[in-house]
Amino acid sequence: MKTKRFVISFIFISTAIIFIAKLFYIQVINESYKLSAENNTLRHITVYPSRGLVVDRNGKIIVANKSSYDLKVVTRSTGVFDTAEFCRLTNIPEEELKLKFKKNKYSYKPVLLKKQIYAEEYAEIAENLYKYPGFFVEKRSLREYPYPVAANILGYLGEVNVEDLRRDSYYQSGDYTGKSGIEKVYEKDLRGKKGTEIYLVDVFGRIQEPYKNGKFNSPAVAGRRLTSSVDIELQKFGEFLMQNKTGSIVAIEPSTGEILALVTSPTYDPNLFTGKKLKENYKKIEQSRNKPLFNRALRSMYPPGSTFKTVNALIAMQKGLITEKTIFITDGYDAGTHIVKDHVSGLITFKKSLMLSSNAYYCHVFKRIISDKNFENYADAYNSWTDYVKSFGLGVKLGTDLDFEKQGVIYSSNYFDRYYGKGRWNYNTVISLAIGQGELGFTPLQTANLAAVLANRGYYITPHIIKKIEGKEIDERLKKKHFAKVDAKYFEPVVDAMEAVVTGGTAVSAYVPGLDICGKTGTVQNPHGKNHSVFIAFAPKNNPKIAVSVYVENAGYGSMWAAPIASLIIEKYLTNSISREWLVKRISEAVLINNK
Amino acid sequence: MKSKLIQNTDLITLLVYFLLVAAGWMSIYSSSYDGSDFSFSSRYGKQLIMIFINLLFIAGIFFLDGHIIPSVSYYIYGLVILLLLLVLIVGDKTGGSRSWFVIGSFKLQPAEFAKLATALAIAKFAGRDNFKLMSNFKDFLILSAIIIFPALLILLQGDAGSALVFSSFIFVVYRRGLPLYFLVIIFIEILVFISVFFVSLNILFIILITGTFFVFRLLGGSRREVLSYFFYLILLISAGLMFVVFMRKNIPFHIVLTVSVIIVSFIEIVKSFRNANFKRFFIPVLLLFYIGSAYSVDYVFYEVLKEHQRTRINVLFGIEKDITGVGYNVNQAKIAIGSGGLSGKGYLKGTQTKFNFVPEQDTDFIFCTVGEEWGFIGTAGVIVLFTILLLRIIKIAERQKSLYSQILGYSLASVLFFHYAVNIAMTIGLAPVIGIPLPFFSYGGSSLFAFSIFLFIFLRLDAERDILFS
Repeated sequence: MKTKRFVISFIFISTAIIFIAKLFYIQVINESYKLSAENNTLRHITVYPSRGLVVDRNGKIIVANKSSYDLKVVTRSTGVFDTAEFCRLTNIPEEELKLKFKKNKYSYKPVLLKKQIYAEEYAEIAENLYKYPGFFVEKRSLREYPYPVAANILGYLGEVNVEDLRRDSYYQSGDYTGKSGIEKVYEKDLRGKKGTEIYLVDVFGRIQEPYKNGKFNSPAVAGRRLTSSVDIELQKFGEFLMQNKTGSIVAIEPSTGEILALVTSPTYDPNLFTGKKLKENYKKIEQSRNKPLFNRALRSMYPPGSTFKTVNALIAMQKGLITEKTIFITDGYDAGTHIVKDHVSGLITFKKSLMLSSNAYYCHVFKRIISDKNFENYADAYNSWTDYVKSFGLGVKLGTDLDFEKQGVIYSSNYFDRYYGKGRWNYNTVISLAIGQGELGFTPLQTANLAAVLANRGYYITPHIIKKIEGKEIDERLKKKHFAKVDAKYFEPVVDAMEAVVTGGTAVSAYVPGLDICGKTGTVQNPHGKNHSVFIAFAPKNNPKIAVSVYVENAGYGSMWAAPIASLIIEKYLTNSISREWLVKRISEAVLINNK
Repeated sequence: MKSKLIQNTDLITLLVYFLLVAAGWMSIYSSSYDGSDFSFSSRYGKQLIMIFINLLFIAGIFFLDGHIIPSVSYYIYGLVILLLLLVLIVGDKTGGSRSWFVIGSFKLQPAEFAKLATALAIAKFAGRDNFKLMSNFKDFLILSAIIIFPALLILLQGDAGSALVFSSFIFVVYRRGLPLYFLVIIFIEILVFISVFFVSLNILFIILITGTFFVFRLLGGSRREVLSYFFYLILLISAGLMFVVFMRKNIPFHIVLTVSVIIVSFIEIVKSFRNANFKRFFIPVLLLFYIGSAYSVDYVFYEVLKEHQRTRINVLFGIEKDITGVGYNVNQAKIAIGSGGLSGKGYLKGTQTKFNFVPEQDTDFIFCTVGEEWGFIGTAGVIVLFTILLLRIIKIAERQKSLYSQILGYSLASVLFFHYAVNIAMTIGLAPVIGIPLPFFSYGGSSLFAFSIFLFIFLRLDAERDILFS
């Protein structure tokens, strides 16, 4: 009988030992259950930081945030619910809801059901959401643009793509990132830092309480506030003037390189690229005939036309080939194969050459530059000339903080060697370069920068659109002074002549009493149609505050459109008022675009 | 007289009992606690009321006349059988089984009391002095019927878990005369049956053959006999393997093993008949029996069952993971217990059990709350407490002068052991999920009352052991 008692006791004790051993394994040795438990009960909620705001140079908010909510669901937590009722509440089509549930691979991972629910709609949903366990909302912020202008500068936000996700682990699918403009270039400053809040949830996915009283939460860090150099009122005015025209206006503060306005026309309302209709609107605008997405100020390359005469004059003076007293007596310029016609003839002084924009004068100047005896051949002289031109920030990347900036075109001698044969071309072959036509292509930003070089009498600071970043210095390259290879003293006669251009030359249409505007017109030959109207200017003459370039495509003479537009921009900026309402009316109402 | 009774009541058992009931209530409180004020309408509030009512029952038992218990055993058994029949007709159907009487807000599960009633009947029947289990076939039959009849009725209610509990009376039968080898044969057969799902036939057979080696020795086979048996076996297996390798036959290893065993066993059987040594005959036959049953389980599983039936069995044994379906409960239970670690998350701090990840957390899976909040220290503690209680009950049973009391004690230990062992085993994934409560812990009055009454009747008899003779 003792054995029987022993056997039964033995069974009891060995069972206890097996249990304790197994429990020791799953509770003490094996860690995986602890992890599973955390996955079970913890919900990590991403707290999206508010994206940095952008203000203009006067502190006006030009890029703001607007709250919106994303509706998400943890499918395994919903239980049975009234889908019809739910769909009515949230305005989600029932099929779509069912599909999202069906397609969901991980029942414990939140699935996005509906994006960008705005305050009004959100209020109703939030009120009833408690009836639907497993559903919850996450706050996001959307962009809002108080001024419906500057779309091409500001850029827009879009959902991250595969490439973004691969490149930067900060992003998660469904996040937004800057796709162009300031939003893209300053993405890392604007986006801030996402935070995480960890909550305990029950089996239905309902939030119970913060995990460990929020000990492991990390707060979201708001994005940095950017101060743009843009004067939003000036920008708005520029866009108003440029409506129904193709072209651009770029205004720079010469002393700092700060871009005051960067108008490209046609443009669009940046608010079209926020919210639910982004894709739809984007498609529409992208396919629009006049290409509003194309930032002409940065990417359109035009020959500079007569505005370039200032550059050739300066280079020739620096090289000692002409002085401010150099006079040519001429009636057109004989380029061998053809005569370069000129509307000015006879005795042409330096001042008059710029004032009246003589073509022949600058053909002679250019001939001197290319046939300079200091060089062995035309090619070397030509290459030296291109170096000088480039030192003005023309035909080189300026290194701005704007995206998609084009470099422009200025060829080296090799190009002509290839084209005409080595030693088989001379100044006359490329004579159109004398007057800013032919094998040259500069962006409006570059010519505005040229205006700034003229205003500064010999240097420019890298143009930039952001002048201040909250809690951070702006990039050093944006403060760098670049000197043109022409001494300051040679600028004075050119500037004097540019003043005369406005007071009594080709650009009297740009004259505003008391503003001391200095400018130079340009008319860019356009093989495809009517000439482009170009004007560069700065004002006031001494201690200039603004340098401008204006391009109006297919509009004819520079003096007709570009010059008055530039003068209005300068006047608006310097005096914050407009004395010539009739001119504003005439320009803004003009339709110089094929709107078909 | 009564004060002497209380003095004589076994203190250790009492202490362990109250510890378990208290720990059980604390666990129920923790798993149904929702941060609001104490309320008697909550689960833990109701359970507290049950515990108080239970105290009344216990007090009642002490006021009983000890002699009365054995004399009413058959009546109680009869009454419970009637109730079991009745519940089949008028019972309330919950969760697929018809096993509850509902009287107002009170629910009663007669199956819980059937164990006690059956134990009383067994004690009465097997406690007769002239009871002979192995030599009187009629006794064997009647005893089997006493046990199986209520189990069948409970099975008819659809409550397979509670029906299985009656198999625990095998310990009592064993104590009253069933030879050990019956237990061992049944135990090994269960092991073989389960092992088929976990290990390959090759490994299973090697284990069986080696096992036989030891059993052979244990049962008194001389070393020479055992060695010769295995010498021939290994010789045959090697020859079989060489045949397979050299003849490039695609024959599985377990077939080689089986054929070898059959040949050797045949020789052994012939030898044993010649020597009239039946011990030697018994071992090969048993080995062949196990190998045969392994093959048949294997055959039925892979050839007869359909895919979805196989999946269900695999999930049951934890071979296939189906953590959202059939395996959800066990997986969540293991996660809850596992996350407790060594010392637990602290009382009322369990996240898994509190936030309802574990289903039936205050009834069948109450052990999870202990595991999560008290950690390994808590779970091991509970197991130690149960084991102390079981061993103590056996110790008390053995000191009884009356056979009735002794058998009742063994019945109590057996039923308690089955409940506690199967409940914890299923919670920690060692056994398939059979919905039976953890004694003294799980929420519900019926289980608490039944086990407490059972225990205190036994303690009452023990306290009077010197004056009570049947």
